[in-house]
Amino acid sequence: MILVITEQRDGVLHQASWEAVVAAQQTAQAVQVLVVGAGQTKVADDLAAADVESVRMVNHPLLAAYTPDGFIEAIGQVVTAIEPELVFLPHTYQTREFAPRLAARLQRALVTDCVAIKRREDRLVFVRPMFQGKFVADVEPIGPKPHFASFQIGAFRPDAVVRGSCPAAIQTHEVTLNAEMIRQDVEVPFQEAKQAVDLTQAERIVAVGRGIKSRDSIELVERLAAALGAEVAASRPICDSGWLPMDRQVGSSGQTVSPKLYLALGISGAIQHLVGMKGSRTIVAINKDAEAPIFEVADFGIVGDLFEIVPAIIAALES
Amino acid sequence: MKIAVCVKQVVTRDWPLRVDDTQAWVYDRDASFEMNEPDAYALEEALRLKERHGGEVVVCSAGPARVAQVIREALARGADRAIRVESDDLALADGCVVAEALAAAVRQEQFDLVLTGLQSDDQGFAQTGVVLAELLDIPHATIIMEVQISDGRVRVKRELEGGWFQWVAMSTPALLTIQSGINQLRYATLKGIMAAKKKPVRVVEPETELAPRHKILALYVPEKAKATRLINGPPVEVAAELVKVLKEDARVI
Repeated sequence: MILVITEQRDGVLHQASWEAVVAAQQTAQAVQVLVVGAGQTKVADDLAAADVESVRMVNHPLLAAYTPDGFIEAIGQVVTAIEPELVFLPHTYQTREFAPRLAARLQRALVTDCVAIKRREDRLVFVRPMFQGKFVADVEPIGPKPHFASFQIGAFRPDAVVRGSCPAAIQTHEVTLNAEMIRQDVEVPFQEAKQAVDLTQAERIVAVGRGIKSRDSIELVERLAAALGAEVAASRPICDSGWLPMDRQVGSSGQTVSPKLYLALGISGAIQHLVGMKGSRTIVAINKDAEAPIFEVADFGIVGDLFEIVPAIIAALES
Repeated sequence: MKIAVCVKQVVTRDWPLRVDDTQAWVYDRDASFEMNEPDAYALEEALRLKERHGGEVVVCSAGPARVAQVIREALARGADRAIRVESDDLALADGCVVAEALAAAVRQEQFDLVLTGLQSDDQGFAQTGVVLAELLDIPHATIIMEVQISDGRVRVKRELEGGWFQWVAMSTPALLTIQSGINQLRYATLKGIMAAKKKPVRVVEPETELAPRHKILALYVPEKAKATRLINGPPVEVAAELVKVLKEDARVI
């Protein structure tokens, strides 16, 4: 049996939870789903539409807001009690915070950021990126079960979920928690000053990465964007350096975009960036490294020096 | 405030990587190495906290003898001393094994704060720091973009997805994994490089043989998700061809 640990905030299910359910359905007959919170029945009802054995709810006032200590304790009690073969999670920021500690406490293996599952005889092997996506690796968890695996957002299609002929049973699982177990005091999540730039509405985007080398060269990118009628965006390191504001960042910690044209300049294509733009209709990559992962998602590729190619494109557009 | 910073040595970002004969790792014998980038931000944050609150910054790294290079770099940037856990087996070790090795080396020192980067640029499992917190039995928070300290408590700004944040507070000792971009990195000065040579480095071996939690069976170049049409030639011809295909084939301009 595979136990899928879903994620919700204030009664809203994280969409990547469906993807983890799909990964489980494609791996085993028996799937159970866990909802952790303080009575999120709507989320449980939604999940019960999937073809799964059951939806288990853990309800406790101390789980109303996510804390790593509270969730690790509660989920640890469930996993220990029901002994699944595998535990699947979406590879969200929340999973990244609690799952390694949960697996370590139970002394079990956790393979993170998986994009596919392979079978080798009777064993499961998890496929995941390495070296920022330049390679992928087949990774086998070692030691007693359950093995834990988290799945990269977008690796499975949420609409591939198999629905059941009737709603799955929803059952409540009791856990024992007290306030002393939870050492983190959490405040209400917030957004920084409203995003000034809404890249999600842009038809064309020119995005720039480390390959631009200096702040002074951003101007070249802006000229290309102007010639294309495009918005300027960037990968995380450019915003970290302060060369462009944070609200121009595309990727897992920034905006997720799917414009008609996405032109990536000097962006290697680390997975954190790809998840934010791989849904774009036409992707053009210009990079000096022919093996940069960005070319894996590009429709058109130019291997070369962007400082020679970009001025030539601007000239071609203006002529 | 006594702060430990755990840093990993990884192959330099621009190094042309090739899969080695084992087909399960990269050929790195002649590679150049550098400090894992998120860990460099963790070190910078520790140095800034020390400047504000006083105390000591101790840099820790686990790996083969070559990791002495990133230790030297950290000392040159301003760390006060170092702990290096040396074993060739740690070069490819998973996060749990590395966390065990680090925990054994730092446990007795009673640090107020332990910082790591959020993940490594090579394996990228994002587990070492979080598992270390469990082994040290101290609270933790991850993907941190700001750190405030007062009265034995630490209040941190945790990055959520899609531009959301959350403040989280806890008592020290605590462990934080630091997000890239939390601060602006400093570089080592000549004075720092000279001073680093006199700073103490404690070298220890892992206490016990550590059991791995996973095995890399194969490493390979990913299959392409799309057929990429490469445009080759001199810049002027490449540019003209690109504009033409974007207008006529893709119809996006």
